[in-house]
Amino acid sequence: MGPLGDSIEENPGLYSRYARRYARLVTMPSSALTAAHPLKDVASSDSALRRFLHGLPGVDAVGLEGRAASLGTRSIKTTAKAYAIDLAISMVDLTTLEGADTPGKVRALGAKAVKPDPTDRTTPATAAVCVYPDMVAVAKEAVAGSGVKVASVATAFPAGRAALDVKLADVRDAVAAGADEIDMVIDRGAFLSGRYVKVYDEITAVKEACGTSARLKVIFETGELSTYDNIRRASWLGMLAGADFIKTSTGKVAVNATPANTLLMLEAVRDFRDQTGIQVGVKPAGGIRTSKDAIKFLVLVNETAGEDWLDNHWFRFGASSLLNDLLMQRQKLATGRYSGPDYVTVD
Amino acid sequence: MNAVDRLNVLKTYKLYVGGKFPRSESGRVYEVTDSKGKWLANAPLSSRKDARDAVVAARKAFGGWSGATAYNRGQVLYRVAEMLEGRRDQFVREVADAEGLSKSKAAAVVDATIDRWVWYAGWTDKIAQVVGGGNPVAGPFFNLSSPEPTGVVAVLAPQESSFLGLVSVLAPVIATGNTAVVVASEKSPLPALSLAEVLATSDVPGGVVNVLSGRTAEIAAPLAAHQDVNAIDLAGADEALAKELEIAAADNLKRVLRPQPVDYAETPGIGRLTAFLETKTVWHPTGSLGASGSSY
Amino acid sequence: MTMENVSSVFEYAPAPESRAIADIAPSYGLFIDGEFVEAADGKVFKTVSPSTEEVLSEIAQAGSEDVDRAVKAARRAFEKWSALPGAERAKYLFRIARIIQERSRELAVLETLDNGKPIKETRDADLPLVAAHFFYYAGWADKLDHAGYGANPRPLGVAGQVIPWNFPLLMLAWKIAPALATGNTVVLKPAETTPLSALFFADICRQAGLPKGVVNILPGYGDAGAALIAHPDVNKVAFTGSTAVGKEIARTVAGTRKKVTLELGGKGANIVFDDAPIDQAVEGIVNGIFFNQGQVCCAGSRLLVQESIQEELLESLKRRLSTLRLGDPLDKNTDIGAINSEEQLTRITSLVEQGEAEGAERWSPACELPESGYWFAPTLFTNVTQAHRIARDEIFGPVLSVLTFRTPDEAVAKANNTPYGLSAGIWTEKGSRILAVANKLRAGVVWSNTFNKFDPTSPFGGYKESGFGREGGRHGLEAYLAPSSPEGER
Repeated sequence: MGPLGDSIEENPGLYSRYARRYARLVTMPSSALTAAHPLKDVASSDSALRRFLHGLPGVDAVGLEGRAASLGTRSIKTTAKAYAIDLAISMVDLTTLEGADTPGKVRALGAKAVKPDPTDRTTPATAAVCVYPDMVAVAKEAVAGSGVKVASVATAFPAGRAALDVKLADVRDAVAAGADEIDMVIDRGAFLSGRYVKVYDEITAVKEACGTSARLKVIFETGELSTYDNIRRASWLGMLAGADFIKTSTGKVAVNATPANTLLMLEAVRDFRDQTGIQVGVKPAGGIRTSKDAIKFLVLVNETAGEDWLDNHWFRFGASSLLNDLLMQRQKLATGRYSGPDYVTVD
Repeated sequence: MNAVDRLNVLKTYKLYVGGKFPRSESGRVYEVTDSKGKWLANAPLSSRKDARDAVVAARKAFGGWSGATAYNRGQVLYRVAEMLEGRRDQFVREVADAEGLSKSKAAAVVDATIDRWVWYAGWTDKIAQVVGGGNPVAGPFFNLSSPEPTGVVAVLAPQESSFLGLVSVLAPVIATGNTAVVVASEKSPLPALSLAEVLATSDVPGGVVNVLSGRTAEIAAPLAAHQDVNAIDLAGADEALAKELEIAAADNLKRVLRPQPVDYAETPGIGRLTAFLETKTVWHPTGSLGASGSSY
Repeated sequence: MTMENVSSVFEYAPAPESRAIADIAPSYGLFIDGEFVEAADGKVFKTVSPSTEEVLSEIAQAGSEDVDRAVKAARRAFEKWSALPGAERAKYLFRIARIIQERSRELAVLETLDNGKPIKETRDADLPLVAAHFFYYAGWADKLDHAGYGANPRPLGVAGQVIPWNFPLLMLAWKIAPALATGNTVVLKPAETTPLSALFFADICRQAGLPKGVVNILPGYGDAGAALIAHPDVNKVAFTGSTAVGKEIARTVAGTRKKVTLELGGKGANIVFDDAPIDQAVEGIVNGIFFNQGQVCCAGSRLLVQESIQEELLESLKRRLSTLRLGDPLDKNTDIGAINSEEQLTRITSLVEQGEAEGAERWSPACELPESGYWFAPTLFTNVTQAHRIARDEIFGPVLSVLTFRTPDEAVAKANNTPYGLSAGIWTEKGSRILAVANKLRAGVVWSNTFNKFDPTSPFGGYKESGFGREGGRHGLEAYLAPSSPEGER
């Protein structure tokens, strides 16, 4: 018997009650950037923005990591596990960001995103494929008619070291080629040297370049921001500037998504919605390779931001090898025996 | 006039409470004699109310004294030794009278007493390092255990060793930052009452030490039962009284130092310092810097 | 599963730990002189699982005759045990530590069954700490000359130890490990509602080859504990439990030579300043009062929050409480287990009713309590003042009283305004404030930006009516040693 009742159907439990309470507050579409939310003025000057960001509550590293670790001990079994695996598959931004990417590679990836497990048609599609701007057109073709989105990194990914007009041209190219989502990187140099308005303005400019057709994910490269206080500030900065998603990492540095930095960002989107009514998504990226890891992240979402974020419109995994592990686990649940790498596709 | 014929000026011995020298509120005194029964003085016969006043004074002084730096407490205690040295002859006379000692033996006792003040004066800023320290906890935490004074300590001074014994039980209590209510030796209270005069002129803040004279059992009972007294040293209680007081002390879980045979002439250990110390352990998260990319 | 299902709620399926791993016999005896024996008067009592009220086993109930037998056995064993080289005693304790690690899953399940606390806690807190405690004190056994209690400090003799039901095996470890390391022998009485893990520990002593009589376990009620403490041949008394019983013990041992340490109640203040790391503070508050259903002597049962952030903090706290999972303690996802006994549940219920009657505002998250067993929903009281009983009395349950303050001075004054002095918490990002406030708090353990952390190297114990003496660390040895200083024992 479960802790809260006889079954999921009979007793939806506390989470849903809580989530419903909050869901009522939220009606904002993703293109909230034009709305005049109550915090709009905080970015009026560098000093105002600094005062706001530095006025956010501090983060105690040990406590944050302790909470993330504690949620990591949740035991997700049987029906909950099956649900979580399918949910995780549906949240994957299947990613290839290699210098060696070719149209062939991207087409294969697109096919995989649409039908992750050719042997089992009940397997959900992934949320998106994520590629470089020059591969957007190929990717778009590969997923055509499927509902799988095409996301493109832009703004001189991954370093972000280019002039703004170059970055914007990068974005416009990707959008013009049909990108549904833009994953931009922030100027970490500007952020770390305290030029918050520069970062803010870049994000708003990119958001404008995205227009109404593409959702904007803002990558902070948390591994370079280094401190949790910085990650919290960057999260708020990104959300204030109109990010539809905040994203941990490029996958190109030593430390990418961790349970702790993702938990912190989930707290940020939760609090931001409480204050502004605007819901923002979260995308941990890089380093999430196993189903077990992915499920731990879903537990973080469930118990921090809540049920409203348990949907691929609001939560994504930036990953490549994760998908195959999810598929193997899914096969194991279906058949009762452990699967192997020969039973999922190499793309 | 011939010196031999001069009538000397007698001292009116008084209590020492809150830095002042009051008479007993009861107005009572009792006769103090030397070892041969010769009248020495009338000492105040303290009442329950005197005990209560002394506790109030000690509590009031606790914040300042326990909050003073250990270095400062050491300087103040050393100053007591300096003042004692200046009054050495007086104390030799009082100790000789009180304990029936020869002049030279009494002098040795007074010298040892002064040296004991010096010994404890030096302990104030060392005991924390000896009994406290960091603990190597298994986790991302730094914690530090530090000794802190227990609070207001009632001290029943030894009955026989009226000066060396008194100082041996009093000095460790205040060296660590406690404040004290001392019940002087019932039979020989005069050295204790004179010590109060030294304390009053040695930068020891008023209320840190309060000295009461009278019937030990009468004064100790309200002290042992007092809810605002944190600890009691039963050195001056006999077995039956000690048991009775220990039972009363349980009402607010006072720290109790039971009477035990002690040779006050020997250099003490740190037992009397630690008897009235609490250990406080303060934890702090540490976290780690750098490589995790997400820390501090 | 299809995509349609993906839109349903992420409710965790039950994930129960297997209880089969803990093989509980239908009955147990007293453990005296290396043997399980019946009580002299043949009395027995039942121990039940507080989460289901199922009878787990029938236990021999010690009486004063059994106490005498056990003390005699411990006395006989003392001579040889105390004469053993420290290095040999150490190896016994290391063995015990290792066997506890090997059997920790079994012991965690057992403890959860008998106590009602979540398996998550017994698995991740109690058992690791138990093993660590034995491991830590094992290493001291041959190093006592260097512990700061004089050269060649001697054991006291027979230790009579009485422990509570909230952390049965951990409190056993806190008592037995330092006692044995210093060369004492032990008679220990576990609480009547949680005797099983101590009896399993007896079996661990057997596996470790511990000489008979060194550890004796006497399950029983308060009368057995009182008889043990009053026994004339007991040299050392160690008690963890309520302040009322602690005072009774202090009276009992008055006028004897028995050395006493008491670890008693508390009413810990968890102080949250306006510059606190709020999300971690919320976790710390939850951990502070709902860890082990609040049945923790050092629980942060008074939340002192700076008035300027009260609303924000309470909102976060309530939201967090709504995610707590109450239910089957063996389920690995359970956060809140059962209250240990009907008696304790009655006490909690009565104090909470008084809180309401006195005008404090009661709040609990929506929370269904199981039909059988002893349960109490996580509860929060606002509009509480210092004068309310729920702000003064130790409730020993999942009940948090929220008070406010305006300045650090006021916070300290309110925190210290209690006869207890066991624990306190400080939440602020300002380092100097942590040090200044910690310095002024009259409490034996102060957690800054964390709460309810324990470690065998760290002394633990109270000021004022929370008891005296310290357990853990080098300090914890003192309670079991007669220092060879000129001033003799103390």
